[in-house]
Amino acid sequence: MSEGVLPSARVALVGNPNTGKTALFNALTGARQKVANYAGVTVERKEGFVTSAAGRSLSVLDLPGTYSLRARSPDEAVTRDAVLGRLSGEVPPDVVVAVADATNLRLVLRLILELKAVGRPMVLALNMYDIAQRQGLRIDLEGLQKELGCPIVTTVATRKRGIDELVGQIEALAAAGALTGENIWREPTAPEIRLAHREAQRILKTYVRPPEHPDTLTGRVDAVLLHPVAGLAILLALLFVMFQAVFTWAGPAQDLIDAGFVALGELVGRVLPDGLVHSLIVDGLIAGVGSVLVFLPQILILFFFIILLEDFGYMARAAFLMDKIMGGAGLHGRAFIPLLSSFACAIPGIMAARVIDQKRDRMTTILVAPLMTCSARIPVYTLIISAFIPDRTVGPGLNLQGLVMFGLYGAGIASALAVSFVIRKVFWRGAVEPFLMELPTYKMPSAANVARNLLLRAQIFIGRAGRIILPLMVLVWVLSTFPSPPPGATEPAIDYSFAGMIGHAIQPLFAPIGFNWQMVVALIPGFAAREVAVAALGTVYAVGDAEANVGALGARLAETWSLATGLSFLAWYVFAPQCVATLGVVKRETNSWGWMGVMFGYMLALAYLASLIVYHGAVALGWGLAPEPPTWPRSCSPPCQGPKGAPFPYRSGIPMAGGPLRDTCSIPG
Amino acid sequence: MLAEAVDAEALSTAGQTRLSKLKPGDRGVIVDVRADHATDHHGVDVHELERRLLEFGFVEGARFEVLHEGMFGADPIALRLDDMRVALRRRDAHDVWVQLESK
Repeated sequence: MSEGVLPSARVALVGNPNTGKTALFNALTGARQKVANYAGVTVERKEGFVTSAAGRSLSVLDLPGTYSLRARSPDEAVTRDAVLGRLSGEVPPDVVVAVADATNLRLVLRLILELKAVGRPMVLALNMYDIAQRQGLRIDLEGLQKELGCPIVTTVATRKRGIDELVGQIEALAAAGALTGENIWREPTAPEIRLAHREAQRILKTYVRPPEHPDTLTGRVDAVLLHPVAGLAILLALLFVMFQAVFTWAGPAQDLIDAGFVALGELVGRVLPDGLVHSLIVDGLIAGVGSVLVFLPQILILFFFIILLEDFGYMARAAFLMDKIMGGAGLHGRAFIPLLSSFACAIPGIMAARVIDQKRDRMTTILVAPLMTCSARIPVYTLIISAFIPDRTVGPGLNLQGLVMFGLYGAGIASALAVSFVIRKVFWRGAVEPFLMELPTYKMPSAANVARNLLLRAQIFIGRAGRIILPLMVLVWVLSTFPSPPPGATEPAIDYSFAGMIGHAIQPLFAPIGFNWQMVVALIPGFAAREVAVAALGTVYAVGDAEANVGALGARLAETWSLATGLSFLAWYVFAPQCVATLGVVKRETNSWGWMGVMFGYMLALAYLASLIVYHGAVALGWGLAPEPPTWPRSCSPPCQGPKGAPFPYRSGIPMAGGPLRDTCSIPG
Repeated sequence: MLAEAVDAEALSTAGQTRLSKLKPGDRGVIVDVRADHATDHHGVDVHELERRLLEFGFVEGARFEVLHEGMFGADPIALRLDDMRVALRRRDAHDVWVQLESK
């Protein structure tokens, strides 16, 4: 092997944000990438591999974008430490590739001057060179090369142009080996930054002739997209389309995944003998993993939009438009993207909070992200709304059930804003971080890059969620399976388990908010993932396959719960910290049990308070009584059929459906 | 802060003003970026804010034009700064002094 002959070399990509650094990374390394975290910090470590023509194996690190080695965020600190060779567990790079947007050289020239002080062999990649040429921008490459003392390669990463030359230059530097100078870098002071700017300005004036046809498209597009009124209207319309897509396009794929896991469960169930192993694998693992993976289509669609808008250059505009609204509550404009993602699932949302530079802003965003109505709450909301809220038209095009759903979403958003306001006052004593942001020029996204990023997001979600969810699923399964019911037991098995015992034991705590013991028991498996509570309610009320049979379960709830209890349960679900996976991700991202505890505590307190207010308010309005159970039997023969023709399950001596949908005994689908 | 008030007065008579006071369409040159204690409750100290502004290209001699402002409270503002576009909140633009050009 030729790799045995030449020692491998480490290459680090450094550059300003929005210079196409990641596109260049993709063009360099293709599919040979792996993503992990840097040791001890929650910054994504993207490494790829490429082999030079001479046969040297190069490992390329895609470092987070930065304007200066003077780091302002955890991400930028990683870039600084990686370049300086201070990062624990990382070997300093043999070659630094400074990536620059050829049309926007001023700031990167200052960064290059800083990098030169580090003294490592460096090559400058002038990316997006095609755009520079189209604009008639003239760069004296010879002169600039001499001035900076490092080789320059022009590249068009999205079209894979200049990549071989770049690898050739890296190879040449790696072959030469030695450092070019001592590391004399230290944090620049304000006068030094000014000096470096003047120097960059001089270099720019000498070697770069301004464009003959400067980009006017960005200005014209911004005139519309950043218009105070039209801009906001377009943003809202975009959001509307996104949500429509997330919730309608994902449907078929989700059904497919759901059906796949049910089929897998049945298949495995047939092979395995009945018993504990069967139950663990089918009910615990397969159903558990399925309940998380079912969100993958929604998350992919959401990320598809986010990546597309980010690559186009729109996300910074969205942050600009939303900054005042979010800033009033103490959030950074950039928190908009993570909070948006949280509507699909808080996990990718919390991970997306990495785009926020400042620690405080990032913490606030992470803490409130789970208040956004994630899609796991939808099954619960749907169940309770269909059971308790009449399907009535209250105005032109307005349906009462839809309004309540909308209200629950609104409550989530409003509470997130309120909580972040309080967090700023309590934890940060009112301090507000500066908000400075580049508005990149608009660019056509490249399909290959969007696809690659999407794949990466999917891998990360499956990997992280899988690793956290799996052990938790086993734990919840253990809690709700052991001990087994005694022979001849009349109640559902869960009632005899640890979950049942815990439910009964803590039920008095929940009595003031109108929860009965069945609800409390259902909350325990629901802790693994919110929507599991629906299945758990089905188990305690002995309604088989509750998720497919929402009508039957809803009818059962409508007759045993009062309206006040139903509303209280809804209020609980707006706030309750009901998803261990989210808590696990918060622990990882903040690197602290403390912050996770803060989130758990405040959400629990809010949930209890909200339910308390809603329950007692509703009782005061006279909604505190469960409907009178109808005398049994009613005119209900042949036995009621569920939507799929399954016999309506009931336990002996307990009346079946009654109340509003109960005249006909048919279950709406 | 009498000295500061007098100073500001003197500057504004010379056609200089704070970047935070400008409207879309205003253009000119940045003449001074300071580390004054201009706004309270900054999450970072004034020297850090100064350095961040400098790193973003808010440096003496840079040409700018205010392009857009937000809908609520006309905040934040977006500007062309030399050959790039930048957005910032007015409170962070307080210590950037500019010389306006007539339109």
